[in-house]
Amino acid sequence: MLDLSASAAIAEIEAGDLSAAELFAFYRRRAAEHGGDVEGGGLNCLTWVAEGVADASDGPLAGVPLAVKDLFCTKGVPSQSGSHILQGYRPPYTATAVKRLETAGATLLAKANQDEFAMGSSNENSAFGPALNPWDRGRVPGGSSGGSAAAVAAGLAPWALGTDTGGSIRQPAAMCGIVGLKPTYGAISRYGMIAFASSLDQAGPLTRDVTDAALLLKHMIGRDRCDATSLQFPQEIERPRAERLDGVRLGVPAELQNPGADFAGAEVEPSVRAAFDRALALAQELGASVQEVHLPHAAHALSAYYILSSSEASSNLARFDGVRYGVRATDSTGLLDMYTRTRHDGFGAEVKRRIMLGTYALSSGYYDAYYGRAQRVRTKIAEDFRTAFADVDLIVTPTSANVAFALGEKTADPWSMYLSDFFTVPMSLAGIPAISIPCGLSESSDAVGPHGGGLPVGLQIAGPAFSENRLLDAAHALEQAIGFPEGRARV
Amino acid sequence: MIERDEVLHVARLARLALSDEEIEPMARELSAVLDHVAKIGELSLDDVAPTLHVVEVTGALRPDEPRPSLPREVAFEQAPEVGDEGFLVPSPQA
Repeated sequence: MLDLSASAAIAEIEAGDLSAAELFAFYRRRAAEHGGDVEGGGLNCLTWVAEGVADASDGPLAGVPLAVKDLFCTKGVPSQSGSHILQGYRPPYTATAVKRLETAGATLLAKANQDEFAMGSSNENSAFGPALNPWDRGRVPGGSSGGSAAAVAAGLAPWALGTDTGGSIRQPAAMCGIVGLKPTYGAISRYGMIAFASSLDQAGPLTRDVTDAALLLKHMIGRDRCDATSLQFPQEIERPRAERLDGVRLGVPAELQNPGADFAGAEVEPSVRAAFDRALALAQELGASVQEVHLPHAAHALSAYYILSSSEASSNLARFDGVRYGVRATDSTGLLDMYTRTRHDGFGAEVKRRIMLGTYALSSGYYDAYYGRAQRVRTKIAEDFRTAFADVDLIVTPTSANVAFALGEKTADPWSMYLSDFFTVPMSLAGIPAISIPCGLSESSDAVGPHGGGLPVGLQIAGPAFSENRLLDAAHALEQAIGFPEGRARV
Repeated sequence: MIERDEVLHVARLARLALSDEEIEPMARELSAVLDHVAKIGELSLDDVAPTLHVVEVTGALRPDEPRPSLPREVAFEQAPEVGDEGFLVPSPQA
């Protein structure tokens, strides 16, 4: 049962060879046994696991169980976005993305650990403590959707939902050796997602393979009256079937080759570079052409991103004031004192930093220099992509400059952590879809997992807005050719 | 480097209490991040329009028709403290 992808499990259920109840019980047991806290021997990737059996489901997703990032509101089920300030919160409604999947026949198996309010790239900023990477328990699973990625890689859930603001689906997918897709901004309703940065947040699938990612996406997209930024997607999402890349023009951005050159910090690890180059060679063997493209402003994306996302977060997180939900500081001397101490006690260090940064960037006298400029940089980055897509069909980069890093390695220096998202943030600012697929294992001696043979490296493929079908097809063809050892980190 | 007074001013705007020992590290960490993001100050952006929304949305308005919202007792269930008529908070006058 463990070897079945979600799509394969659906086929077996539909053929009568497997019962949905049996599958749910199997994953429920695995999730409860291996998803819990580290003291109990678990990966700490799941924060809640369903009890009992799921209701029978006859939708196209056939009752296949689903893990959902903690920040999705799920009716009556704990949803606290990895934050102490929402401890014990049980929402009175379910997020549209989850509801649509349930309507299509998915069953809620578990909630997944994450960085607090999705702010982080390692899952270490969680009130639940860090989730561990199943490839090597001394390393992070990436973030912010680290629990979702670890659960899928470890085989504790057939598939999972995450959210991506600047790379929070793609980067953990890369570090856990699975597939993660950030759709076009607006493709999936944000209703019921506890907000981080509303102009960037997007839900998306974390799955074992590209086919499963397409299937989850298919059942989540579409306009929702509860989210005015949601869009009617112009096509159906098809099952990806491409085996070749004949005629596909791939662009490699010169500016996303080496962040270390001008932007102190992260160099692309040689083992990541090697796996990326091998993937490019494979793409050419499949018929693709590869050419250099230019995204002249991409190197400024990270700066613009941290200003914009922190500014939006400072506004979005104003709602956590100890009045309507969550925890409240006790023994306050008055309303203002209650607000400020509730927020002091309830938020973790990284969330406070971003609220402070965002408040500063929006404050009188600084607005134009920071927020206003960042919005203009965003315009230039979106233009850069449009120009590049006149010459190429898709853009490829490594998903992250490095493989999964050690727990604690980047926590002391916020900017070194932020550099984890150097390759993923430009696409987020441009609102375009991007997928990360595993493209091989690192070969450097200091990054060899306990299973031997290295740690996963992710390949990011990005396309123009609404190009998801083309993107998934190209990812599918490459996935077949790469033949990544997908199940190796299962517990 | 951001000054201590400036950190306290921003914290007040953000309705965030900071203990004495939290102020200096916050000043240092904010300054470090601001040093990096200040690089966008080097770009020439005078004729560039700001991006307010990244994907074009049309017809986002819905008809203004009344419909049921969350029942009050359901909304109250998650609150730290409620009275008969609403959410209870400490006195603003205190």
